[in-house]
Amino acid sequence: MKHLLFTAAALAAFSTPAFAETVAITGGKVIIGDGSAPIEGGTVVIRDGNIVAAGKDVAVPAGARTIDASGKWVTPGIFAGFSRIGLAEVDAVNGTNDKSGGDSGFSAAIDIAPAIDPFRSPIAVNRAAGVTRAVVAPEAAKSIFAGQGAIADLGVDSNPVSKAKAFQFVEFGEDGAGNSGGSRAGTHLHFRAMLREAQAHASGNDAFDDDLLKIEDARALQSVLRGETRLLVHVEGANDMLRLLELKRDYPAIKMVFVGATEGWRVADKLVSAGVPVIASALNDLPATFEMLGATQSNIGRMKDAGVKVAIGMINDRDAHQLRYTPQYAGNLVSLQKVPGATGLNWDEAFATISSVPAEIMGVGDRYGSLKAGRAGDVVIWDGDPLELYAAATTVFIDGVQQPLANRQDRLRDRYRNPVEGDLPKAYDR
Amino acid sequence: MQSRIRWSLFAAPLALVACSNTAVAPKTASAEPAEKAAPAKKADAPYASTYKAYPGSATVVRNVTIFDGEGGQIDNGTVYFKDGKVNMVGGAMTDKELPADANVIDGTGKFVTPGIIDIHSHLGDYPSPAVEAHQDGNEATSPTTPEVWAEHSVWPQDPGFSRALANGGVTSLQILPGSANLMGGRSVVLKNVYARSVQGMKFPGAPYGLKMACGENPKRVYGAKGRMPSTRMGNLAVNRQTWIKAQEYKKKRDSGKEFTRDIGMETLAGVLDGDIKIQNHCYRADEMAIVLDMAKEFGYKVSTFHHAVESYKIADLLKENGVCSAVWADWWGFKMEAYDAIPENAAILQNAGACVIIHSDDENQIQRLNQEAAKALANGRRMGFTISDGDAIRWMTYNPAKALGIDAMTGSLKPGKMADLVLWNSNPLSVYSRPEKVWVDGALLFDSSDPKRRPVSDFELGQPGEGDVK
Repeated sequence: MKHLLFTAAALAAFSTPAFAETVAITGGKVIIGDGSAPIEGGTVVIRDGNIVAAGKDVAVPAGARTIDASGKWVTPGIFAGFSRIGLAEVDAVNGTNDKSGGDSGFSAAIDIAPAIDPFRSPIAVNRAAGVTRAVVAPEAAKSIFAGQGAIADLGVDSNPVSKAKAFQFVEFGEDGAGNSGGSRAGTHLHFRAMLREAQAHASGNDAFDDDLLKIEDARALQSVLRGETRLLVHVEGANDMLRLLELKRDYPAIKMVFVGATEGWRVADKLVSAGVPVIASALNDLPATFEMLGATQSNIGRMKDAGVKVAIGMINDRDAHQLRYTPQYAGNLVSLQKVPGATGLNWDEAFATISSVPAEIMGVGDRYGSLKAGRAGDVVIWDGDPLELYAAATTVFIDGVQQPLANRQDRLRDRYRNPVEGDLPKAYDR
Repeated sequence: MQSRIRWSLFAAPLALVACSNTAVAPKTASAEPAEKAAPAKKADAPYASTYKAYPGSATVVRNVTIFDGEGGQIDNGTVYFKDGKVNMVGGAMTDKELPADANVIDGTGKFVTPGIIDIHSHLGDYPSPAVEAHQDGNEATSPTTPEVWAEHSVWPQDPGFSRALANGGVTSLQILPGSANLMGGRSVVLKNVYARSVQGMKFPGAPYGLKMACGENPKRVYGAKGRMPSTRMGNLAVNRQTWIKAQEYKKKRDSGKEFTRDIGMETLAGVLDGDIKIQNHCYRADEMAIVLDMAKEFGYKVSTFHHAVESYKIADLLKENGVCSAVWADWWGFKMEAYDAIPENAAILQNAGACVIIHSDDENQIQRLNQEAAKALANGRRMGFTISDGDAIRWMTYNPAKALGIDAMTGSLKPGKMADLVLWNSNPLSVYSRPEKVWVDGALLFDSSDPKRRPVSDFELGQPGEGDVK
């Protein structure tokens, strides 16, 4: 993000200074993003791309550009807990879809970072909706190991990757069985055997062969085994989670995060004692598969009440295009508080599931996801409650740089505001 | 396998592939045993609805904000229903004016709307769990299968019906065949009331629809099999040839002479008669314009374009032709023909005076049609258009009822209509709102404060979660 290689068009799109500047956003309802209560009439100061301070009695530095946010809400940008943003322009058009390693022959070694294209229109559309940062995961192809995902920003500049090789992604449950011969037993065996191969390679053991892994795959898994790279495990069913927690005991250094976890509420106490955090689908409430028979919208609320660290992600749910649904999903969890028998989240907790909590789960909470001093200057000003359906992001900063919010959807809207052709065909209207 | 595959959007699901591998010649209607029969012009006689309204008590909801479904809003209003029908809708009622027989609910801070109607659902024919054995929505063995009826695929135990009721306030819905075929078959309109058979859910007196599909899906499914159509021009050619046959069939049928029944042709002739409504999956504006000309060529009318993401480009043409657009708030980019979708689609249509319907095509978003309407409304207001809350409510009540031909019976809160209504715990256009009570034909079938008034399908009984009631 700091490498500002703007195209002429991108530069022209700015109506305000494009480079990191000192900015004070005053008078707004400030949400820190860590689950604390809103601060009315707060000030947020950004300098050199980072948050300097946010709160009630924050002084405006001399020379700062001041933005009056009276009547508005000021929050950290939305941190999308799980996505495939930047990996596809049109899902069903193969040439634009880089979600999986496909037939490459590699598995764990796949590094999704170079496939994240900051010029794809979903980046611009979701940026305009206040999403500033996202977990970007590869899709599994022929192996249970999908490869290494990244933390990305949705800024207009040409460098989208905040942290490459931020995690390894692996499929368990039904999807994992499908990638390991058709049974869960096969998944566990594949998992163990591939890690054994990786260890063999690390120790220079001659026994290493490339039946299961290429050398590059082995190297990627060694980082997981050492606990340097998180292991995001897609798992939905209660039994699959329990068996994974058992498996985890044999690999104590591995830092597991469960992704999906539709039945997480059924094993919440075990997740707490194992210290496994969860990036969950917010609203899955249908038994879409037999591993989701316990699906309920109360899942996140119940896990949170049990003490699980839980964030919201878009798991196989319009993951390349609709990260802008994230606040709506969080709002739905708030609505559950008024439904008898259901368990939801209060507003402050709900916002944290789409800001600080996913960042913390990914190990980057000291850089992203809140308006605490020292974090990246990812700040959004909204014209209302950001979880509400009518609210819009009016100003977006990423790394302290004010972002253009225009995108091709706006251009189509403006061209067809009046659909009837005038003196020239619509093709001339721009 | 990725978890959720939207069968109606992406063709060639696993189940279809399995079917095509059998290489059985497409079973056309003409291969059926010939049956000599009198003209069956009213096509809804067989497999008739056995739906019966459940008992309910006379009820007044007072001090409540009412959206009547036709665009109207009454603050501090009163709605009174009895014997399964809406009896009175109006302003404040004094204690003395309250009907003696009525159960009175204080609706302070709450909202009443007509029951929500989803014009585009595959509940039952692509049910949960989405296992291969349940993939019953696309008879993808021939590009035209007007002979199939979606109701013959509907599994009435789909857990999705309960979620659509409890979270979405959905009281009526149209179940459509998928979009693998140019002519996918007959749709069916259901009351969202569980029954042991699909006949027990069928909306009494609702007209049938014929599902048609433009664009990518049919040409991809059949092109991949080396069959016509493999192009958009092929799509049109197959459609036109089929309509010519339908016209000939209708002529034969109307001649009074003996003829051989053909159940596919019966459906198409029903369209030409004006009895069966065309529900046409079509994304692109240019293709909709061609379909409108095809309808003129053969003398039928299109009720609604579904998934019409580019309707905003031809809002004037759609208004002129009296065709509705059933749309999502903001889906886009999942396939080429959805690339030009914009979140202001509904608003531009509304502003141009064209008919807007918010639809789901999805077992999850059917639970949040109110939220989708709210987003579409907000996007319109941001453009500076004047659209009322009542207009947005109409997009998922009266407008779909009209497009389905059931507006005389439901879709708005007018005296004499079915007492299909939802009591929301706050403004349904807010993300924080949920249904508190849902009545269908005056029977209380969901009550958020009474676990006994929440349906649990056979499939979920005794399962973990038990239909999200634990």
